[in-house]
Formats: sequence, structure tokens, C-alpha cells
Amino acid sequence: MTELLSMAEAVARYVEDGMSVAIEGFTAFICFAAGHEIIRQRRRDLTLIRMTPDLIYDQMIAAGVARKLVFSYLGNPGVGALHAVRRAVEQGLPAPLELEEYSHFGMVARYVAGATGLPFYPLHSYVGTDLPRVNERIQFVTDPYGGKPVAVVPPLHPDVAIIHAQRADPQGNTHLWGLLGAQKEAAFAARRRIVVVEEIVEEAVIRADPNRTLIPGLIVDAVVHEPYGAHPSYVQGYYDRDNPFYLAWDQISRDASQTQTWLDEWVYGVPDRAAYLAKLGDATLKRLQPGSAPSGSVNYGEYR
Amino acid sequence: MNYTPSEMMIVAAARALAGVRTVFVGVGLPNIACNLARHTVAPALELIYEAGVYGAQPARLPLSIGDPTLVSGATSVVPMADLFGLYLQGGLVEVALLGGAQVDRFGNLNTTVIGDYAAPKVRLPGSGGACEIAIHARRLFYIMRLSRRAFVEALDFVTSPGHLTGGDSRARLGLPGAGPELLITDKAILNFDNPQREMQLVSLHPDVSLASVQAEVGWPLRLADDLAVTPPPTDDELHLVRDVLDPQAMYR
Repeated sequence: MTELLSMAEAVARYVEDGMSVAIEGFTAFICFAAGHEIIRQRRRDLTLIRMTPDLIYDQMIAAGVARKLVFSYLGNPGVGALHAVRRAVEQGLPAPLELEEYSHFGMVARYVAGATGLPFYPLHSYVGTDLPRVNERIQFVTDPYGGKPVAVVPPLHPDVAIIHAQRADPQGNTHLWGLLGAQKEAAFAARRRIVVVEEIVEEAVIRADPNRTLIPGLIVDAVVHEPYGAHPSYVQGYYDRDNPFYLAWDQISRDASQTQTWLDEWVYGVPDRAAYLAKLGDATLKRLQPGSAPSGSVNYGEYR
Repeated sequence: MNYTPSEMMIVAAARALAGVRTVFVGVGLPNIACNLARHTVAPALELIYEAGVYGAQPARLPLSIGDPTLVSGATSVVPMADLFGLYLQGGLVEVALLGGAQVDRFGNLNTTVIGDYAAPKVRLPGSGGACEIAIHARRLFYIMRLSRRAFVEALDFVTSPGHLTGGDSRARLGLPGAGPELLITDKAILNFDNPQREMQLVSLHPDVSLASVQAEVGWPLRLADDLAVTPPPTDDELHLVRDVLDPQAMYR
């Protein structure tokens, strides 16, 4: 049964030391609120999974929650490097970090294999590159129908997937529009799923537009109502990406002690997301407010 | 000279997209180049972003390849499984624009590490979608600044395949795309139009000397038979770049 929980309750119940956790969302819908709560609850030895670790995993790795990272693009998107991840990889600070590295298509393929119960997933990639040399999970198999060898990757089954979206009903049926990334595949591939939404809506709102339901409540363990839970990432139509923060993090994160100071102030120093938002202030939220661009509505028809 | 080297790169890349229908776009200079092409030489150009967007018409200059402006007004927004499976692996991407921290003479790219993989001197972002984009795009254009650190004799890591060891080595491995065709830099334009598929200089930007290009390349650079001078940006192109596409001068 799906339960409506607070973020603190959802993390306490479903994220344990040593687990593998996928907070997905490609640039958009990145649930920083969940990442910060995991830091506050001082989880350790996590395997963090994301195509693009982004600032959230940079912050979590700086806070010492992770022992391993499974990923395909290790940058601050549009800005540059992830400096905390680099410190962990290049200098072992604050702790060494094991890397398991793919391309984007490889990560997507791993989620698809995990979500559909396949033993592996074939893709035309990696030929002529060094990636298979440094990741033994990338293999090549003979095409049984006579073609050239084809790359395969194994299924990915995160212990927990955390997916942020615009809205869900209390049963966890979730509407998402905008960049779809690999959230659906990650959710179906995971063993447990937490959905975090800007709004809780009545079931009728979901049923009025079933094509927009990305994740069914059937597979959702917990729904968390957490407005602005993706800041400084964004939620299409609700708030913009806080690009000035992504640029500022490039400076903050270059220095290990400044990074810790930031974590002390913005993560350990606030009890929850509501306090974070109060600290962030209305001016910032107002700056991130997009203009309006509604879709035309469609007629599904009534069939009795 | 009334333009910057970055503006020359943007304009040269846009011109190379003349008549192209689909282009796989990256952020920064490539993004401005593609939008300039859409306003000039390729009005039917559909911009494809790896975040899952087909036919983006960004109303502002996106900082990241996942900017919400790419979604609003796009032709279609799809799961990344569809973007990489149906669009890219399905062969619908005509041109892709890529770059890297290192490139070798056959156009292989490194965006993964400087130094040893297990104990890197510099850990770079890695592949993202570049590995499969380099494999599948029917044509590949690179946009990179010339520097001796980037144009190296041997890569520290092959992230994305160019012409591999040259000649027909790509085709022998069955890579569907034709591989790198053009390399646009801040000083010159290079291509791979010879049987060895080796990088060669074809055009120097105005007021750039051959020696200053060679000085930034870590091997004796091959020269095309007819060395040209790149036509400078026109007033119209500069107006579009400065006043319409990048009014805040983020990438110029």
C-alpha cells in the first residue's frame, strides 16, 4: 500500500546504510530535498546511481554518504566540473569513491533491462572505445542472427528510486510532464519507490488525463508532498532552474572547507525543506517563477 | 577585426549546417551555432537534445542541455530511451556537434580522464551521450579550441570513436555513422577528407598564420591541397549572434 509520508519518515523507512539509491531526473526534477534528508540522517556506504550525478550527488559525496557512484556524465551541467566528486576520485577525500561508468544510452539500457526483467540489454555502443576496458559489466555478445558483435549491459535494480514530479494522487499515481529522462524506467527497475511531488491531487485529476501518468501507484511505496523539493533543479511549469546557484556552486565546491560550511548552513542547519525555503526567501522563489504556457486540453471522449 | 574567435567559430559551424534537417546539439557554442543556422542557412533544422527533446525552439539561451526552455514549444519531448533508441540508434540524426578535452589526428575524442583511469590526474565528465552519438550520427562536426593540451598525439582514454586508426577502420568495425567530417576551431577549419581519414587543415580564419595553428597541434599537421581563408562573419550573422541569440555575451 502506498503511504503519504514526510520526507524524514520516507528516508528513515526506506533508505538504509549500504543500499543503492537512484535519485533520477535529467537536469529537471532532481529531488534535492531527498538528498539533503539522506545527508541529515547520516546514511553511510550508499551506492549512488544517476545518469548525471549533478550537484545533489556532489553534495552527498562531500557529506560522506557514498562509497560508490554509478553514472554516465560527471559534470555540473552547463558550468563545468563536480569538484567534490573530483576530490573523492583524485585525492580520496573525504573518502575514496568507487566509480562504475557508462554512457547515457548504457545507463538507460540498464534501467530498461531492470524494469522489464531482462538478463541484459543490447545496444550499438562502446565499439572502438576504452569504456569496456574499465568496466567489465560492459560486454559484447555474438549476434545469433549473424551480424557483428553487439554490446550488452546488465540490468540495474536500485534498492530505492526517488522520483520528483508535478503531482500525484494519494495512491501514488503520478503525473509528470517536461523532460522525461529515465524516471519511468528507473522507477520500474527499483525495489522500492518514493515519489515526491509539488502537489497532491484528487484521483479524478489523474484519471482525467491518463496519458500523463508516468508512474502508477501500484509500484509506489511512499508519496511525499514537498513543494520546491527539486530546487535548485526545476519542475517544468512550477519553477525554473536556479542557474545562478549552479554557477555559485562551482566556486563553493572548489574548496573542501567552504563546501562543508555550505552543508552546515543549508543542510545540517535546517530541519527540513520548509525551513530551507524560508531561508532561501521569497525573492528567490519569485525570480524562479516562470510565465504561463498552458497546453491545449484534449478530449478523451465519454464512452458509456 | 570586429569579431571574436568564438563568434568566428559559431558562424563557421552554422554555415556548415546549410540544408541540414536534424542536428544533435550540445550547450554553449554549438547551441548558438545551431540556432544561428536555423535563422539563416537551415530554416528546416530540427534541434535534438539528449535530454529527450526533438525540435526544440529555445526562447532563451539555455545554460544546460536540460533547460526548461527546450521543452516549451518543442515538436516532441520523449523518454531518453526513445531519444537514444528511436532517434539516434534508429539513424535519424543527420549531424551531431561534439567536442572533447583531447582529440587525436583521426578524430577520436577523450572526455573521460587525463592520466591513468584508475588514478587520474584530472577526472573529466565522461561520455554522457557522446560515445553513442559519435557512433550513430550520420555526420560528425567537432567544435574545439586549438591547443597543444587538446590536440595530442595519443589520447589518455578513447571515450568516443572518430576514425579509430584511420582509413576504413570505422567501417570494418561496423560503426553506422560516417565519423568526423569537420573540425571547427578558433583559428582554422580542418577536415578528414583524405583516404587515411587524417585531420587536415583546409581553411585559416582571417589574419591567422599557418605557424600559429601548427604550434597548437601535437603532431605535424597535414595540409589540404588548396588552403583557403575562412570568410569572416557577415554583419547579419554578427547581429543575430549578438543581439538575438546571445545578448548577454555568455559564450562570446
